[in-house]
Amino acid sequence: MTETPRYPGKLIAVEGLDGSGKSTQVYLLKRWMEMQGLKVFFTEWNSSALVKDATRKGKKRQLLTPTTFSLVHCTDFADRFERQILPLLRAGYIVLADRYMYTAFARDGVRGCDSRWLRTLYSFATVPDITFFFDTPLAVSLERILGGRPSLKYFEAGMDLNLADNEEDSFRIFQGKIYDEYKKMVPTEHFVVMNGMLPVEKQQAMVRKYVEQKIDLPAFRWRGKR
Amino acid sequence: MSTPRKSKRFFGTKLPGCDNTKLQGKLIALEGADGSGRSTQIEMLKAWLENLGFATASVGLKRSTLVAEELEAAQQGNILSHTTRSLFYATDFADQLENQIIPALRAGFIVLADRYIYTLMARDIVRGADRDWVKSLYSIALVPDAVFYLRVSPQQLVERNFKKNATLNYWESGMDIGLSRDLFESFMKYQRLIQAEFRKMQTEYRFAVINGNRSTRAIAGELRAKVQSIIEMPVP
Repeated sequence: MTETPRYPGKLIAVEGLDGSGKSTQVYLLKRWMEMQGLKVFFTEWNSSALVKDATRKGKKRQLLTPTTFSLVHCTDFADRFERQILPLLRAGYIVLADRYMYTAFARDGVRGCDSRWLRTLYSFATVPDITFFFDTPLAVSLERILGGRPSLKYFEAGMDLNLADNEEDSFRIFQGKIYDEYKKMVPTEHFVVMNGMLPVEKQQAMVRKYVEQKIDLPAFRWRGKR
Repeated sequence: MSTPRKSKRFFGTKLPGCDNTKLQGKLIALEGADGSGRSTQIEMLKAWLENLGFATASVGLKRSTLVAEELEAAQQGNILSHTTRSLFYATDFADQLENQIIPALRAGFIVLADRYIYTLMARDIVRGADRDWVKSLYSIALVPDAVFYLRVSPQQLVERNFKKNATLNYWESGMDIGLSRDLFESFMKYQRLIQAEFRKMQTEYRFAVINGNRSTRAIAGELRAKVQSIIEMPVP
């Protein structure tokens, strides 16, 4: 919104398709930081009651459009950003975000929202210091999701886009389009691409090494008695 | 007399998935502070139009099916930060735009907007939001066929608000932005800031300023004359 001020804190985001393994990786990163005694905070995309209420209502009455879908999620994100993420960054925390504004750029972009409008919309948000993109072949992430949890939610499956008659087919097509959007963002948004096909621990070792090189971690230790 | 336009324009990019052709109705927005007589004028305009045989639809802030209740609840709790509140209002607006305004225009209704994006933009800008950001946010809106701004001096607004509610509204006094700890002083300062913002927008969006310090009847007369010039009067 205004010029990007520098905060003492650091922001690390993870992005990727459902089933790319990003949540596992960010969890392990958090555990590692906690065990080193670092000031770390974890935040998730659309966890609030607002989004849940609005999407439930919107689905029931078929009244959520690409624009209102986008705005509801942005409102929710703004709430989390202004009340949680920003104050923590100012207080010198390392904030770990499981999905960040790039999720909106990808999903809402597939839904037809104008890309410039979306980017301006989210311009109040701090650009992460590091954004990891967990790149898994589409077939693999689909298999992980469709194998483990067959019941897909309406919007999650992209059913509002009329891509297919049933949730599963719709989800496949929708995820494919989102994947394309992510790939386009890799160079422009400076994603750090992680190979999501490597063993979990190997990926985690690489993630930790990268973070260690980019961020002066000891500076984020708790000071004084706890 | 302007030539009737069948397809309306958006301020910015077209809404995704929205067919904006064949919007044969008219969109008329009335702007003004609480106590400016706005709602009374809308009611009178509605009755007049219906008497002439026009179908009307009314929209206003915080009236969407999607988030009106949630927005109200959040306002009561005073828990929203500026950007969040801006976006909450924008969501409420977008929902009404797509589910009420556009369908009504398609059906040939005259849509009377009891406040439109200009109030929302002015409020955001006064609270420190970036002008370009706010403009981009509301670039999804349809350009109205006419916008009337009822300008009433802050002194008159105070009197009318006291008459109506015996108290000044927290938000309409801008108490959330810390202009003054005194409600009355804050109200005066806030209303002046909003009016200054409207003056800036007036040239950019070319809306008609109506002197709202006059009697209800005098204002109604002026509004009718102006509305008459943008609608095609039915010939029996």
